[in-house]
Amino acid sequence: MENQYAIEMLGITKIFPGIIANDDITLQLKKGEIHALLGENGAGKSTLMSVLFGLYQPEKGIIKKDGKEVRIQNPNDANDLGIGMVHQHFKLVECFSVLDNIILGVEPTKNGLLQKKEAREKILELSEKYGLKVNPDALIEDITVGMQQRTEILKMLYRENEILIFDEPTAVLTPQEIDELMQIMRNLSAEGKSILFISHKLNEIMAVADRCTVLRKGKYIGTVEVANTTKEELSRMMVGRNVEFAVHKEDKTPGDVILQVNGLTVASKLHKNNAVKDVSFDVRSGEIVCIAGIDGNGQTELVYGLTGLEPVKSGTVTFKGKDITHASIRERSVSGISHIPEDRHKHGLVLDYSLEDNMILQRYFEPEFTSKGGTLKRPNIRAYAERLIDQYDVRSGQGPITKARSMSGGNQQKAIIARELDKAPELLIAVQPTRGLDVGAIEYIHKQLVAQRDEGRAVLLVSLELDEVMTVPDRILVMYEGEIVGELDPKKTTAEELGLYMSGAKRNTGSAKDAGKEAVVNE
Amino acid sequence: MNKKESILKKPAMQTLLSSLACIILGLFIGFIVLLFIDARGAASALYDIVRNFFRYPSAAVALKYFGNTIVKTAPLLMCSLSILFAYKTGLFNIGVAGQYALGAGLALYTALYLQLPWFVCIPLSCISGALLGAISGFLKAYCNVNEVISGIMLNWLSLYSTNMLLYSVKETASPYTKNIVNVNHSALLPNIGLDKLFNNNQYVTVAIPLAILISVLVWFILEKTKFGYELKATGYNKNAAKYCGMKEKTNMILTLIIAGALAGLGAAMFYLTGYEQWQCTQSSVPGMGFNGIAAAFLGGLHPIGAIFSSLFIQHITEGGAYVDKKLYCSQISDLISAIIIYLCGFVLFMKLFLNKWLNKRDEKKQQQEGGQA
Repeated sequence: MENQYAIEMLGITKIFPGIIANDDITLQLKKGEIHALLGENGAGKSTLMSVLFGLYQPEKGIIKKDGKEVRIQNPNDANDLGIGMVHQHFKLVECFSVLDNIILGVEPTKNGLLQKKEAREKILELSEKYGLKVNPDALIEDITVGMQQRTEILKMLYRENEILIFDEPTAVLTPQEIDELMQIMRNLSAEGKSILFISHKLNEIMAVADRCTVLRKGKYIGTVEVANTTKEELSRMMVGRNVEFAVHKEDKTPGDVILQVNGLTVASKLHKNNAVKDVSFDVRSGEIVCIAGIDGNGQTELVYGLTGLEPVKSGTVTFKGKDITHASIRERSVSGISHIPEDRHKHGLVLDYSLEDNMILQRYFEPEFTSKGGTLKRPNIRAYAERLIDQYDVRSGQGPITKARSMSGGNQQKAIIARELDKAPELLIAVQPTRGLDVGAIEYIHKQLVAQRDEGRAVLLVSLELDEVMTVPDRILVMYEGEIVGELDPKKTTAEELGLYMSGAKRNTGSAKDAGKEAVVNE
Repeated sequence: MNKKESILKKPAMQTLLSSLACIILGLFIGFIVLLFIDARGAASALYDIVRNFFRYPSAAVALKYFGNTIVKTAPLLMCSLSILFAYKTGLFNIGVAGQYALGAGLALYTALYLQLPWFVCIPLSCISGALLGAISGFLKAYCNVNEVISGIMLNWLSLYSTNMLLYSVKETASPYTKNIVNVNHSALLPNIGLDKLFNNNQYVTVAIPLAILISVLVWFILEKTKFGYELKATGYNKNAAKYCGMKEKTNMILTLIIAGALAGLGAAMFYLTGYEQWQCTQSSVPGMGFNGIAAAFLGGLHPIGAIFSSLFIQHITEGGAYVDKKLYCSQISDLISAIIIYLCGFVLFMKLFLNKWLNKRDEKKQQQEGGQA
């Protein structure tokens, strides 16, 4: 009988000092199937893939390719075996063309000269065959994220890889692009490619995968046929308990206007156009307003303008009736605005500081932590950090003195959330607060956001995650190319409609009340 | 076994070990160079360098020469503090050499030409260094000019400005400035009895305890105060500092001002002892500033560590003078101490190396244990 598996990883065990990252894990990828690898952050998915790529050598276990045992010592071995990967963060040279990126490292040459013509033909042929539309001469920096991803896929196909690994490929895509990607993956598997799909998004796994292997805390939980299982079953396997997907919140009538934005325009650092163009909206107490949109449509700059990280070009920002358009960052923070930043490593934390020093980052200057002479009150800082760690369940190796760098992403985020929420802000600006976090942590953060709202605070949520946009807020504002193109009610809208706004195919500029009506008219 | 490892993994211990490793490696390479030039005297030459003043059989004489070493250690320590202070804020103050030169210029000018007392000369020296720091800091904060570039340019500007300034107080027959001892006694730093401790070495002054005091002060500011907390946050992550409302630009400028003042103070501490005169035809910035970089790194970028590393570097620099000049040309002492100093800069690299080695060993042990289990 012919062997039916393209790759088998049998009984893989990988131990790091102090932790068993992979404990006797078995993963069997059938030829031509789409196999999902599901697990929370820290479940051991990345380690397992690093073993497959020869970046780590396992203590125990063997890898088989087409039934024959192989030793993968380094990534080149993996390449030779036809294993390719699309990383979550693309590995592309921005100022090179699509074509150049695809052939990078395997350039066809004759007498030392590049033979791009051949390569171009091969690429066009491949893109035709699998429905991967790209312009080979466009520069990476000019094309959309979806196109960049297609370039990455073409890179693997160009190298004639048989086993394709997709690491969280949908994180950066719009709903429409996700649908396209799913179709591409189906095409690829129909052509006999074997696909390993790493994700923690259950909807996508249900939609596209044939089988699913679940890992939890480094252990192998099981492999199931997707057709015979449910989303609830998968999440139970992944988290080890029942997870509530629905965000519970009571109806609440919003109170006074807390934040009022009028005609806000913010210049872009990347290009000459304004990143935020004449944006107006307001956020009331006791409501969560969500800015939805595809990454790079001005959300970042909007938040920079609101928090004072970048100067505003024109327009006004009013907080509790006071004009803060030109107030300093510190003034805004002290007057009651908290900011959970988009990039926790860039803005949110000083990674080389201890956890306790990070906990006081927004209040170190207060009399509780600094004496009149300007010295830090260490005992108070320790006590404060311990309270926050306890209250918000921030886990770390050594408690308050743990270096922030050594903490897991989820706990780093929890530390930031603890710091920002403990200020009891009247306005909370949370930018992608659940980015890169696992289901358990996401559930926790959503509960915190709703709790803030229920306490009568104003919450401005900026999110790229469709599930989050649909469930958490009371109102949705969609941003497209620096403008607010639509205001939607999450109870009345659908993911498809949202997608149309996000991709600029549809717009309404009316107020919240008749948003639904206008959308109908536009159709 | 476990306990031993935990000691090796302590950052302070690692810094100490790396510093020692660098010193040994530096001496070893210096020895090889000596062997190549002339094998006959290599061993004794190296011995001479390390021995420095211990060569004198009489304790009293040795003590006097030890005094000379520490007189020159004080300015070196100031320069290394200047470097490490800026480094903690993420800035590389290579302008320390120029700040030191201009500090020397102001100290000598005010002492010799304006005939001011030492307690007036010192602040003016500090201010001149601070001013140079401020220029670099301002350019960095508001014009995005790298502080290394502006620092190097300012080094030359301040060297020649100092040369020009001090031309007015030059001896007629030589390129050196007049001796303070002969011109203005009130500008000499007070000995406060320390000269007696070092066999009447008149150059041992208040500068030495002052330098140590300032090291402790720098440590206190960096570790214990709100200001230090802000500066280090800015150094580790400029964006996070901005995000939480720190004035990261002001902090940057302030850091370089303080770093410049430290360097200027170092120059005053040295030239106001009368130990050495400024050579007005100098065409290179004093090595003190650059040695300060090595001292800062060798001391593990810790203000207290800097005290010992400065002493060591000054010790071998002085020791170099005793190398047999019949076998080796007169520049050999500078060459050997330069090699050792150069290697001293590799402390961070050594630390990385040590950590890698430790981790590998851990992993191997875990593997073995895992295998047994």
